[in-house]
Amino acid sequence: MRRELHAEWTKLRTEPGAGRLLLGLVTLTAVTGVALTAGVTCPWDRCTQDTVKLGLTGVQLGQAFAVMLAVRMISGEYGTGLIRLTLAAMPRRTTVLAAKATLLTGLTLAGGAVAVAASLLGAGLLLPARGYPPPSPADGPTLRAALGSVLYLALIALISLGLATVLREPAAAAGTVLGLLYLFPLAVLLLPDPDWQRLLWRLSPMNAGLAVQATTGLDDLPLDPWTGLAVPAAWAAAALLAGGLALRRRDA
Amino acid sequence: MAELLRAEWTKFRTVRGWVLTVVAAALVTVVPGLLFAAGSHSSCSVGPIEVPCPTPPVGPDGGAVEDRFSFVHQALTGDGGLTVRLTSMTGIITYPPPDHDKIVPGLVPWAKAGIMVKDGTRPGASYAAVLLTGGHGVRMQYDFTHDTAGRPGGVSRRSPRWLRLTRSGDRLTGYESADGRRWTEVGTARLDLPDTVQIGMFANSPGDLTVKQSETGGSIGQKRFTQTTAVFDQVSRQGTWSGTEVGDGPGETDWERYHRANGLVRSGGTFTVTGTGDIAPSRDGPVFEDGLRGVPFGLVVVVVAAVLPIAAEYRRGLIRTTVLAVPRRGRALAAKAAVIGAVTFAAGLAAAAVTAPLGMSLLRANGFVLLPAPLLTQVRVIAGVGAVFALVAVFALALGALFRRAAGAVVAAVALVVLPYMLAVFSPVPDEVSRWLLRLTPAAGLAIQQSVQEYPQVLSHYTPGAGYYPLPPWAGLAVTAGYAGLALALAIRAVRRRDA
Repeated sequence: MRRELHAEWTKLRTEPGAGRLLLGLVTLTAVTGVALTAGVTCPWDRCTQDTVKLGLTGVQLGQAFAVMLAVRMISGEYGTGLIRLTLAAMPRRTTVLAAKATLLTGLTLAGGAVAVAASLLGAGLLLPARGYPPPSPADGPTLRAALGSVLYLALIALISLGLATVLREPAAAAGTVLGLLYLFPLAVLLLPDPDWQRLLWRLSPMNAGLAVQATTGLDDLPLDPWTGLAVPAAWAAAALLAGGLALRRRDA
Repeated sequence: MAELLRAEWTKFRTVRGWVLTVVAAALVTVVPGLLFAAGSHSSCSVGPIEVPCPTPPVGPDGGAVEDRFSFVHQALTGDGGLTVRLTSMTGIITYPPPDHDKIVPGLVPWAKAGIMVKDGTRPGASYAAVLLTGGHGVRMQYDFTHDTAGRPGGVSRRSPRWLRLTRSGDRLTGYESADGRRWTEVGTARLDLPDTVQIGMFANSPGDLTVKQSETGGSIGQKRFTQTTAVFDQVSRQGTWSGTEVGDGPGETDWERYHRANGLVRSGGTFTVTGTGDIAPSRDGPVFEDGLRGVPFGLVVVVVAAVLPIAAEYRRGLIRTTVLAVPRRGRALAAKAAVIGAVTFAAGLAAAAVTAPLGMSLLRANGFVLLPAPLLTQVRVIAGVGAVFALVAVFALALGALFRRAAGAVVAAVALVVLPYMLAVFSPVPDEVSRWLLRLTPAAGLAIQQSVQEYPQVLSHYTPGAGYYPLPPWAGLAVTAGYAGLALALAIRAVRRRDA
């Protein structure tokens, strides 16, 4: 595994783009969070909005960069034919995928941590003037929302990696992952029956996964926060399994 | 150029995967709308018995309207008018926010009291009225959609408001005054009225709207009962007055049954009129574009379909052959854009032409009374879906040529077109942010689907999630076209300058 990790790290390090994508993730996440926090109000003089969730809304946009990073890691190799060289040099294909997944997890966790911290720090500066207390790391639900958001970003990257390994074609892979993320919530709204809505909500990686950001109204959520995060985790496990099988069985 | 188009068309049609992707875009557009229509049901009942849902009244211009108020009226034949003094306007609002726990005195902003000329008492009949509102001053309104502002302010016993409405042929004029001597004209209306009409005083009050976020991401609007009581005196016309509850059943709420019923209480020359309801265009019921809910789904596939051909050129090195064959590179890219634009236009048009009418008939079969949309509007909506597909395809193709990377182009196009729409209809994004998202991003073009109009004088939750876009249909489409044109121009410039 060490050899594979080293090789993958060298590829990632020497090709421009990964750094820029992570920077994009951090910037878009934090800017969205701060912009939404700047508009927060206390309707009817009751400061009851979930400011932590609002401040972390940028994750919904920032995750697009995690998707791009993941798809490029594998589809890029298929595009240039580099994959044949990679597999010739490292014949243990599952280990290659595992090495890619490990690196990707590390990168998105690091980028996600910076993005989430920047979002919450920005919210902390803006909120006191708007009648809300700043988010505090000592508060259990806030800490859970922050940690959960970072993990969520890594899980989305892993879903993308698995699906891109199966689909190979970068356009199709990116389209499928973004459809899975952004169209599921629309499909939930589309369903007329509340029971079906809640069922689909529980299956949607973004809806269920971002339940981890909620700090108020937990009783109304179809899933509790950590169980919600298990949904994208299950998607990631399934996608990586499918990707691993496809990589092993298929001719490159 | 014709040869170029043929070359690009040949490339496109001979790759099965590309053609299938465009077909998939059409199918993905059709399915969600039909699932929504098939799964939605509406039923109405009187007591335990299920009855067909009542058809909303239709206004003079053919649109569905809400027409409910207390009317104290007498016949007017030929020319004439009515002058009254309004000395008080009060009301109640049931269970307002934040706690929804009491009935409080107060007026909703569009509570109405005033005088009216109407073609009989049938709901939906043509009318003109000069009236005072709860929070928007005096207005002259006619035929449900027209509204002209007069002087702002409210009414009290100390500062009464005088109102006058005159008919002269087909011309109706509304006036107001603070003292009954110096009159200001508020507005005029030309209406096609018979010789004999009903003239009199009226009062009503639309439901108080509150919106809350649902836990699955949408918003739920609730309307709560409100009621207005207006006191008129100095009524200029004599004779008998009759009271009619236009469009209203008797005492439907506990408040009406046990506290104050709608209708007229007269003592000498003082008329106290109590009413509830609204006189306004209706937005209750599914609309033509409800079958088109799959459009954002289709757009994701359109983006992929548009990026695939250009990405393949770069990946397989075909671009070098293309550039050799067509040294004028900008033209080659323009031809590619024309082909993908035409193909996706056809796909969008076909999908919308199937799903919108089919969705309508499914909803009708499931018991809904649909809001009518004029034929021209229907054509605009269906052709508009094709246009949005084509513009988004050109936009995505241009991004693909600019970035030369399929993943980046797909993510950027989806993030700029579909994501703003998703955020706009999805909590917890505030309504104002939602509106700006659909003004400034390429998602603005989705406004071309809107068949219903927004009226400032009608209280409703005018948000993208409810089908109201912040830009007019053609302006929205122009924003998307601007993005597509700009991206294509940049891509042509880049392709010309860059080594292939």
